[in-house]
Amino acid sequence: MELIQKHPILEFHHGKEVTFSFDGKELKGYEGEPIAMALHANGVHIYRITPEMKRPRGFFCAIGKCSSCFMVVDGVPNVRTCVTPLAAGMKVETQHGKGLVPLEAK
Amino acid sequence: MKKTIETDLLVVGGGAAGLCAAAEAAGAGAKVTVIESDLHAGGQLVKQTHKFFGSKDEYAGTRGYKIAGILLDEIAGLGDKVEIRTNTTVTGYYPEDGIYTAMRGEDEYYRIKAKKAVIATGAQERLIPFPNNDLPGVYGAGAVQTLMNVYGVVPGKKVVMVGAGNIGLIVSYQLKQAGVEVAAVVEAMPKIGGYWVHAAKIRRLGIPILLRHTIIEATGEKTIDGAVIQELDDKFQLIGEPRRIDCDVICMAVGLTPTTELFWQAGAKMQYCPQLCGHVPFRDKTMRTSNPDIWVAGDASGIEEASAAMVEGRIAGYSAAKSLGLKVREGSFDEYWTRLDHLRAGEVGEKIRGGICQVLVDGWEA
Repeated sequence: MELIQKHPILEFHHGKEVTFSFDGKELKGYEGEPIAMALHANGVHIYRITPEMKRPRGFFCAIGKCSSCFMVVDGVPNVRTCVTPLAAGMKVETQHGKGLVPLEAK
Repeated sequence: MKKTIETDLLVVGGGAAGLCAAAEAAGAGAKVTVIESDLHAGGQLVKQTHKFFGSKDEYAGTRGYKIAGILLDEIAGLGDKVEIRTNTTVTGYYPEDGIYTAMRGEDEYYRIKAKKAVIATGAQERLIPFPNNDLPGVYGAGAVQTLMNVYGVVPGKKVVMVGAGNIGLIVSYQLKQAGVEVAAVVEAMPKIGGYWVHAAKIRRLGIPILLRHTIIEATGEKTIDGAVIQELDDKFQLIGEPRRIDCDVICMAVGLTPTTELFWQAGAKMQYCPQLCGHVPFRDKTMRTSNPDIWVAGDASGIEEASAAMVEGRIAGYSAAKSLGLKVREGSFDEYWTRLDHLRAGEVGEKIRGGICQVLVDGWEA
């Protein structure tokens, strides 16, 4: 993971390291930290492909306000990955277009 | 919907303004519920590594992220008066029955019935138009701060900063602290918008601040690999030759705009005010909006800075507690206004004062 190793002021206290999947690949991140941050630390910058122009999108605001970082998480589309905490075993996928809402109960 | 929670005072937003409002109202005895959309309270304070200015009352000399800790300690010291619900977003307000709806995470929904509310929803980043501004790698300054200062993630290898206001300057310095190269700070205006003390730190690090320059394009196929910049003349027309700078992050620090959806839903009387950077609610000196049950504080009332947001939060919390019939400490109100006037004094406060006088009312008719 691309993490800051030395900082003159801040100390980072990461939580428990967990494994999750991104588009089928196994990645590591910290439990409870936003999914988008874990992906970025793993060098993943493209989170979705837009519905019409098929443009790649990453995050922009990182505070849950702009919708740029929507992804499919555990089968649910349009999840704001910048404010959704990572959990062990999560299945994170690039969202293509609007995504399909699972209509059957989870 | 199944669940409704009840509270005396709902505070929407657990940042600088919201936490101060909560502390103030709970200090007077109110039962307060703070709703925060992020995974932790503290808002933008938790991302600030620089020491604050002002006086002791505004935590001068203390680094921003530590101020968040001080406010949370104050709240913790009030026992169970304040409940902070993180990872929760207020999604709507229904004026006909005074119900707020909230969403925790992506799939838990409930209602909140509050006697009074302080809405301190803060602000959101602005973006300027240029080709490829939607590609991954074009990030808001706040997002870059979140990555590196909250989660310790390296935002990129080389950054072009757009905007030489305080945020652009501070984040450039923070990038260097995190070991990231800043190729240049690009600013369309002929002078630096932020404080000289921040600009001087950038200059000392050898980062060029290019005034009268703008970004005209981002380059890259799927993610950013460069920024094309060009000089501007007095009329903001492009002159000279475009120049490309290699970079993998373009950080946008081109201003913020108040987050005001809930005020619109509440039917609060609003006004577009360029000095306050967007539409904002009218308010009286107690920070009460035209909706008698709703107060405003912080950047949601107009883009300013964290010190003023904290004092506004105190004023709103104090006033909301008073309207709940609680006993408040006499004299606090005038004291807070003295602090606010002090923060807005002089040349640096001119723009804010010019904005506030357009939206401050003497009082609301009963």
